[in-house]
Amino acid sequence: MTDSALEAIHIVKRFGSVEANRDANLSVGAGEIHAVVGENGAGKSTLMRVLAGLFVPDAGTVRVHGRNVTGWDTRRAIAAGVGMVHQHFMLVPTLTVAENLVLGQEPTRGVRLDLAAASESVNSLCARTGLRVDPSRRVDALSVGEAQRVEILKVLYRGARILILDEPTAVLSPPEVRELWTVLRTLKARGDTVVVITHKLDEVAEISDAVTVMRAGETVGCLRTQDATPAAIARMMVGRDVVLAGDLVRHGDHAPGAAVPDVARRVALEVTDLVVARPRQRPAVDGVSLVVREGEIVGIAGVEGNGQTELIEALAGLRPTEAGSVRLNGREIVAFDVRARADVGISHIPEDRQRRGLVLEYSIADNLILGLQHRFAHRGVMQRDRVRRNADRQIEAFDIRPPRPDVPARALSGGNQQKIVVAREMGRDFSVLLAAQPTRGVDVGAIEFIHARLRAARDGGRAILLVSADLVEVLALADRVAVMYEGRIVVTLPRAQASAEVLGPYMTGAQRGAKLS
Amino acid sequence: MIVLAFLVQALRIAVPYLFAAAGGVLCERSGVIALTLEGWMLTGAFSATLGSYYSGSAWAGLVCGVAGGLLAASLHALATVRYRADQVVVGIAANLLAVGATRFFLRLAFDSSSNSPRVSGFDWFAAVSGGGTSDGASLLSSLANPLVLLGMLSLPFVSWLLNGTPFGLRVRAVGERPDAAVSVGIHVGRVRWLAVLGAGALASLGGSYLALEQHQFTDSMTAGRGFIALAAVIFGNWEPRRVAVACALFAIAETLQIQLQGLQLIPSQFVEMIPYLLTIIALAGVVGRSVSPAALGRQVD
Repeated sequence: MTDSALEAIHIVKRFGSVEANRDANLSVGAGEIHAVVGENGAGKSTLMRVLAGLFVPDAGTVRVHGRNVTGWDTRRAIAAGVGMVHQHFMLVPTLTVAENLVLGQEPTRGVRLDLAAASESVNSLCARTGLRVDPSRRVDALSVGEAQRVEILKVLYRGARILILDEPTAVLSPPEVRELWTVLRTLKARGDTVVVITHKLDEVAEISDAVTVMRAGETVGCLRTQDATPAAIARMMVGRDVVLAGDLVRHGDHAPGAAVPDVARRVALEVTDLVVARPRQRPAVDGVSLVVREGEIVGIAGVEGNGQTELIEALAGLRPTEAGSVRLNGREIVAFDVRARADVGISHIPEDRQRRGLVLEYSIADNLILGLQHRFAHRGVMQRDRVRRNADRQIEAFDIRPPRPDVPARALSGGNQQKIVVAREMGRDFSVLLAAQPTRGVDVGAIEFIHARLRAARDGGRAILLVSADLVEVLALADRVAVMYEGRIVVTLPRAQASAEVLGPYMTGAQRGAKLS
Repeated sequence: MIVLAFLVQALRIAVPYLFAAAGGVLCERSGVIALTLEGWMLTGAFSATLGSYYSGSAWAGLVCGVAGGLLAASLHALATVRYRADQVVVGIAANLLAVGATRFFLRLAFDSSSNSPRVSGFDWFAAVSGGGTSDGASLLSSLANPLVLLGMLSLPFVSWLLNGTPFGLRVRAVGERPDAAVSVGIHVGRVRWLAVLGAGALASLGGSYLALEQHQFTDSMTAGRGFIALAAVIFGNWEPRRVAVACALFAIAETLQIQLQGLQLIPSQFVEMIPYLLTIIALAGVVGRSVSPAALGRQVD
């Protein structure tokens, strides 16, 4: 057995009634790159924070090079050479790179802060690792990739020989990811130990020597990467075989709606020449026209920031429109407010569930009637028993966990929070569903569940307008695919003619549809 | 001579603002709302009077004034930092407590509900010259006070502290991203405690100056100066240099008010509003563009 640099043994960590880590075990060999994988909410970040001294575990043991260090704080973890690079950067935006780097271990000359020495340290570390960044720049002026470099340098400045990186690639572009791998290999060559959290299986194969899989707060296995296949790891992550959205597309068994010709179906949503203005810029939505028929999913693909958000918000009534018409089942609703639109049959799954979809402090039951509260009230007084019955029914139907109506939404994992939103919007009578990024940031199991729900609603004759930044998702669900670019719909194709290769040029603006304005 | 008189008066009025605003910058940059500047000044003024009365020495009064400010500030830090109470609620309560407590002890110590007996202050020049002889001399004599010099140095000192020392770097980090500070092993609570105590000491120096210059304590004698100092902190965007300019502006407005009052051109009630109106106008025009420390008022666990 190799010498373990970092070990976690039977770690338990609770937050209130939620067990983030139930029985987490990890053994990282010295000088290896070790990947930790698992679904969202599997407890990866919690375990890493326990290791880095940010959380004190409720039970279990943490060892560094065989020494028991359970319950230590960040100061002692740093002193022992364990440093963590957080997913959400732990940098002070108003300080410079050099100031951030030395914060907490400042070089001094007399009582004064020695910034020259700090800059010198940055430069020598940069030279040693190949990470380049200007020490005198303010952190809020850096790109995400640069900020991450500062994070890594910060940890190295503190003398870390064991680095923990929490989803380092989530925010990086592909070239930045390659650069990161180079840095990690450099560190490994120096003899450092690296722990990387990820949920992308190709990254595991690319960079790691060993991989530990977590599920529901427990570690379910540890493998040498060379002995593991992505399918085996995915099965361990979820606990059963999963149908990944990508598989559906690749295998071509995409099931379209019932084989009625499009034109024969009734038009549910008709948008004509819709314009959504932006201050001092071109309109965010610049004359969009589209039609969604009953029993059809229309998917809008496109690079984020091309007006999809504004389009959906305008249709939901959250954003004022400049011009154009919106008809629901033939009725003009462009002047309706949010509640009026909901009352005539528009449902909306917003793209940011924490900002627009939920009140995190509210209970599951209250979140399930958000925006519908007037339907659960009698003469201005909430009828709690009806709210409760509604919650019990929805929790059961949409498999929301934990199945307890009085738990605040904040305590739930991302996937279960999203299920609350989906349950509220789809668990009632509606004719058109606006689904924006319906599976963003949720785990594989919840994605599968939500996709099945969307297809079932489609087959039940509902009209669905889907917006997703994930082209795979659009292709897996939609019957017709439209591409939005710079506020316009540049092309609309039946699913059979749409593919990543065909749509790609439209998404980047390299190609436009036949109809140009 | 009129110009000189105006400037001297403006400077004397600016001193308490400068002290309190320096404390305000330090406190707020660490992420603790400095709503209690008023209370710390008042406590400082009263304890300085007490110290000066019983010892007969202005210096002893000064030491007592700072001690009183530190006591009030430690109560504030205990509630907001140690026990994580809401900073605004504690701030309001602490101000009311300072008014009530000084009134109570004023009655207890001096058997008066309005003011203390005369106490000794810093009258160096007057002592040397044996009372004002010429106009110019008597004007300048009013500046021969160690607190005037200290007051002028207070904001540069805080600026040096924030930008030139490791402690200041930590204060700035704690006020912006306390979680980041924790992740590098900084004790956020400890940094905030020190910043609040420093602010209490600085603000109480401003209060001590008020009391010792007038040779007595009068009930609620700070009259909102702590709040005007806080307005100067916000107006100055939490940067010591700009805060000093803001303090000067408010002091000049107040001097103007006093001079206009003497002229009897406008009803004095309207003239008295000038500094407060200026505060509101300055904040309304500027606050939209000012960027407060990101973690201001936020509790950390």
